[in-house]
Amino acid sequence: MPADVIRAANLVKTYKVKGKPDFRAVDDLSFEVAPGESFGLLGPNGAGKSTTMKMVGAVSTRTSGDLEILGLDPNRYGPEIRSRLGVVPQDDNLDGELNARENLYVYGRYFGMPGRECARKAEELLAFAQLEDKAKSKVDQLSGGMKRRLTIARGLINDPRILLLDEPTTGLDPQARHILWDRLFRLKERGTTLVLTTHYMDEAEQLCDRLIVVDKGRIMAQGTPSSLIREHSSREVLELRFGSSRNEQVAPQLAGIGNRVEVLPDRILIYASDGEAALDRVVAAGLEPITSLVRRSSLEDVFLRLTGRSLIE
Amino acid sequence: MTDVRPGPETAHPSLDELRAEALAGGRKPRRYGSWYAAEHMLRAMRAYGWTIVVGALGQPLVYLFGLAIGLAALIQQEIPTAGGGHVSYLVFVAPSLLMTATIAVASEEFTYPVMAGFKWRRYFYGFNASPLRSPQIANGVVFAASARMFFAAAAYYLFIWGFGAVLPVVTVPAPATAWLSVFVGLLAGWAFGMPLLAYAASLEEDTGQFALVQRFVFMPMFLFSGTFFPLTNLPIWLQWIGWISPLWHATELGRMASFGVPVNGGMLAVHLAYLLVLTVGGYLMAGRIFTRRLAK
Repeated sequence: MPADVIRAANLVKTYKVKGKPDFRAVDDLSFEVAPGESFGLLGPNGAGKSTTMKMVGAVSTRTSGDLEILGLDPNRYGPEIRSRLGVVPQDDNLDGELNARENLYVYGRYFGMPGRECARKAEELLAFAQLEDKAKSKVDQLSGGMKRRLTIARGLINDPRILLLDEPTTGLDPQARHILWDRLFRLKERGTTLVLTTHYMDEAEQLCDRLIVVDKGRIMAQGTPSSLIREHSSREVLELRFGSSRNEQVAPQLAGIGNRVEVLPDRILIYASDGEAALDRVVAAGLEPITSLVRRSSLEDVFLRLTGRSLIE
Repeated sequence: MTDVRPGPETAHPSLDELRAEALAGGRKPRRYGSWYAAEHMLRAMRAYGWTIVVGALGQPLVYLFGLAIGLAALIQQEIPTAGGGHVSYLVFVAPSLLMTATIAVASEEFTYPVMAGFKWRRYFYGFNASPLRSPQIANGVVFAASARMFFAAAAYYLFIWGFGAVLPVVTVPAPATAWLSVFVGLLAGWAFGMPLLAYAASLEEDTGQFALVQRFVFMPMFLFSGTFFPLTNLPIWLQWIGWISPLWHATELGRMASFGVPVNGGMLAVHLAYLLVLTVGGYLMAGRIFTRRLAK
């Protein structure tokens, strides 16, 4: 088993806030990532995911704890570590004054790559990102999905050992998301280690071998998507809507159906191994939901169980 | 739902190999990172390349021509210089215009592109995720701006030469040092620009601060720094504007170099020291602010 490419132990990051106690954005996180693994940080906005990514990306220093990337301490070897990382930030920070090809070219130069090599790599990555016909377009003329793909392509200019993706598909339409997922799958197949943050559970389920669920800077749970669902949720979920005014009122009558009942403002969730059977029992009890839906458990349910809150609020 | 299976087994290098690879990868960026950042900034300048060229060539042409046929024609009186000599009005005013040109470039390059890098387009954060270090990013901005300042100063110098503002000076010792004014111009741009770079890097929002700098710092400095008349012509209670103005100090140096007034060693040291203190102080402060802001 090759050694871990990322090792974080008791990682803490605090920020000073005027007139208030220090804010602990990351609070005692410990995790490891193996080479070639696709590792996810799942959590709501403000959970500390991006802060963790900045520390792993060797741009933000930790307040305390240990961190090793590619066997090096980022506090001391920032440029060295970053020379082997690819970074796809949450906000596209491409240079709008340059066209797509130039954005890739100049980025390659930062790594000390010779001009000819940058030009060759830029062509290769434009093809990878399906942007060959947009090579000469100014970045401002590209759609959101295209900018995202270009940012991912830029992150690959140095053939990174680890690719860090912070909310890679936020704000994209479903088609653009699927194209991106496809590109990330290909990278994974090539053996690139992926570390990504997301608050989309389907994305985490699609892309991650293993993930940690983070809330308020702390790890709530970790494991593979399926093991997390097995441990923290039931196989199926029955979603019932009685109308927002009646959900609370009906809830007590559902006690005993399924393993657990969760009342949300807009719907009631019943966690059960057999959702259809649970629905039969609801109907048998004389209750008539406006809509009902049986679905498989997802990481959203895991998160709800662990924190009592939805991922997207 | 299906678990994502790891890809086909890939032979992963050992940690020692990865570490060695990273250590090698950091070598060139550590050494040349500032130039890489400058290369990017210079490429981005091409978007407004015509403005740069037209500005650098057109401004001296318009100013010098306008002054030569207008104000200089009106002011026939020779202007007394520090060493007791006299020069024509055009000769007197030319070095200060050159200094103003580089300061004007600095007031552009060290403001809006910096705000764009941190806030509007955030491309500094892109630089920062690469092996470049934060001070190298600040250096890149400085190098690229310096290239533009040098171009502006050199263009001005050539126009001054063309207009005979330097060469025909025969009443004072031959200005073999006149070309130095190009480098004094660069120093003037830095002395004004570096503190401005630090200020621009510290701004979280643009609420018109740069326009205020233009109106309430650059303009008064331009008008009250001995640019169009000797500083001593001003009432004493206004002369302090010149004393604290990098433009005045640079103009005095430029005049020493351009029309060969006898050099007062003490004042030469004062002018140089003042400009260097602003340059170095501003540069160090900018580097710290870049580092602090990009590490957030």
